[in-house]
Amino acid sequence: MIFVSRKKTGKASTRILDGNHAAAQGAKLSRVQVIAAYPITPQSPVTETLSEFVERGELGAQYIAVESEHSALAVCTSASMVGARTFTATSAHGLAYMHEMLHWAAGARLPVVLACVNRAIGAPWSVLNDQQDSISQRDTGWIQIYARNNQEIVDSVIQAYKVAESVYVPVMVCYDGFVLSHTEMPVRLPSQEEVDRFLPPYKPHTILDPSNPKNYNLVTLANPRVNAEGVLCHGYMELRYLLQEALQNSRERIAVVGREFGELFGRSYANMFWEDRLDDADIVIVAMGSLAMEAIVAADMLREAGHKVGVLGLRVFRPFPKSDVVRALGKARLVVVFDKNISYGIEGATCSEIKSALYGSSARAVIRNFIVGLGGRDVKARELVDAVNKSLVSLKEGVLNKEYPEWICAI
Amino acid sequence: MPDQEYMMPGNRTCPGCALSLAYRHILKALEGQVIETVPASCLTVLHGMYPVTSVAIPCVNTPFASTAASATGLVAGLKALGKEGITVLAIAGDGGTHDIGIQALSAAAERQTDFLYICYDNEGYMNTGNQRSGSTPLGAISGTTPILGKQQNQKDITAIMEAHGIPYVATANASYPLDLYEKVRKAKTIRGTRFMHVFTPCSPGWLFPFTDTIRIGKLAVETGWVILYEVEDGILRFTSASETIARKGNLKPLREYLTEQGRFKNITEEQINELQGWINTRWKRYLDRAVNL
Repeated sequence: MIFVSRKKTGKASTRILDGNHAAAQGAKLSRVQVIAAYPITPQSPVTETLSEFVERGELGAQYIAVESEHSALAVCTSASMVGARTFTATSAHGLAYMHEMLHWAAGARLPVVLACVNRAIGAPWSVLNDQQDSISQRDTGWIQIYARNNQEIVDSVIQAYKVAESVYVPVMVCYDGFVLSHTEMPVRLPSQEEVDRFLPPYKPHTILDPSNPKNYNLVTLANPRVNAEGVLCHGYMELRYLLQEALQNSRERIAVVGREFGELFGRSYANMFWEDRLDDADIVIVAMGSLAMEAIVAADMLREAGHKVGVLGLRVFRPFPKSDVVRALGKARLVVVFDKNISYGIEGATCSEIKSALYGSSARAVIRNFIVGLGGRDVKARELVDAVNKSLVSLKEGVLNKEYPEWICAI
Repeated sequence: MPDQEYMMPGNRTCPGCALSLAYRHILKALEGQVIETVPASCLTVLHGMYPVTSVAIPCVNTPFASTAASATGLVAGLKALGKEGITVLAIAGDGGTHDIGIQALSAAAERQTDFLYICYDNEGYMNTGNQRSGSTPLGAISGTTPILGKQQNQKDITAIMEAHGIPYVATANASYPLDLYEKVRKAKTIRGTRFMHVFTPCSPGWLFPFTDTIRIGKLAVETGWVILYEVEDGILRFTSASETIARKGNLKPLREYLTEQGRFKNITEEQINELQGWINTRWKRYLDRAVNL
């Protein structure tokens, strides 16, 4: 169902939106200037809705119906270079096809925002949800934010521009295909005036201008090199260092922007993850995206059975909030990490990150990893409860770490 | 032709580089009012190594497959910001056009993107050391056809682009800089997708002395390997030396062109005949279409 506001501005309103329309509304409210996208299930309604906004004249953007995702992101990077605010959206194979351009956008430090509607990657084909697509792109230099519900999608897209345009790192806003993209729920939509107050127009730092000709992304050599004035300039490695530094520093910026957003709209995003009853919890469930909501239901059930269970719902996966995770998990006896992805040959990606974060800290939690929900397999709260109960048994054995994850599947 | 130079001396191209000659005149024709996008190619080398560049125009480098999409982004961004009067120029080699870039190029043309795309054609992946491309001729030795030479002839990229129904396509040749200059000047004034194919002989790749670049480029026209023409709104006109040759009706045998280049040292008689036949047919086809002969 498509809900299209005929109003140019107006007041904040509560609407029933699916995740894809929430993403499109977020882009529209952010006054994006260039949109380039290629259709793919389950992302297609995002591109359809945005093209509808443009054709109706509700959004004064250039909409480019490209022939591939590689081109979609190439359009965005070059439009961003000229000085336009850009948006694209994709899923799964589309994101994989963008891979080269993902590196390019981050390497060129362009504040592109991309909505990734999380979907499984083939072979074999699956159009259904897991997070293998965006997790596979974690090393491309993008900030990655995961939404738990449709409200977080629209809010995250708007915040993404403010973050990206101040740290000059592109942002990927990820949300679960079908579970969120095609599921309607009430969403509080801010008014255009409110968003305009929050998000100023994009001030680009790299403008291609004939009156001041510059050459961007030239070939670099292994070592720093002097320019025509004899000034020593960065080599490739220094430029890579600056990207890592920007990602490291973006954590603080994401928190500040999230807090500002909260002050204006009453929904704060100051934290890198959502905490549910962590204060007294000695058992913590970790999950990312919509699964973090299901985990709260599981925690309710486990609390009823007398266990002190909390939920850490990862929101920001890149930069990974190491010190926050240490603080949040420091008291836990058992951490059960559910991953909708698998780094083949090791374990789920979020589990690896959690373990990495806790290394050298005083945390002594038993950590168990479960691979769940690949290719759209439904994940029920009861299954999360069973997995935690199963892990409680291993808690008695006192084995902190296991070599490989367990899978909740028919094998 | 303006005195102003946009390409500085002392760049990194090889001695006798036809690209550097063609590029100099292309930039003069655009008079600095241009934003350019370039994929990996010899032109990247010409542009120089960070933090020094040999060109005085704004330019963005973009991944190999994305040239025309990058140009689309530049056009869209300029339009979104209300900036007018700037030509968006995408310029790529034959590998970047005939092969890896053709999908993005075809789509940009189909969308009627308002930009000028120039393919400079040195008939191979010369920047990576002379591997065969979709433009390498039949019988030519290359890094990946090292013994037998290429077993297929090149594709006609200009005809492919013309089939997109774009308002302007033209061929040019670094050995005829005035013809090239005039065509870029004309392309600049036309709206929509404009495509130009610029023939740029490559001394180290084709194995001829670097002092002979201009002569090889001229031989290509004199033998009909290259036809200088333009198609404006479907109307084809011969230009420059091709027009003169067509009026006189005296194409030189292709053999004279082939024997000047080391890359054809293993070409067979059968292949030479096949190429000559291809040229004769194509020459007649274009002659029949031309309205100015």
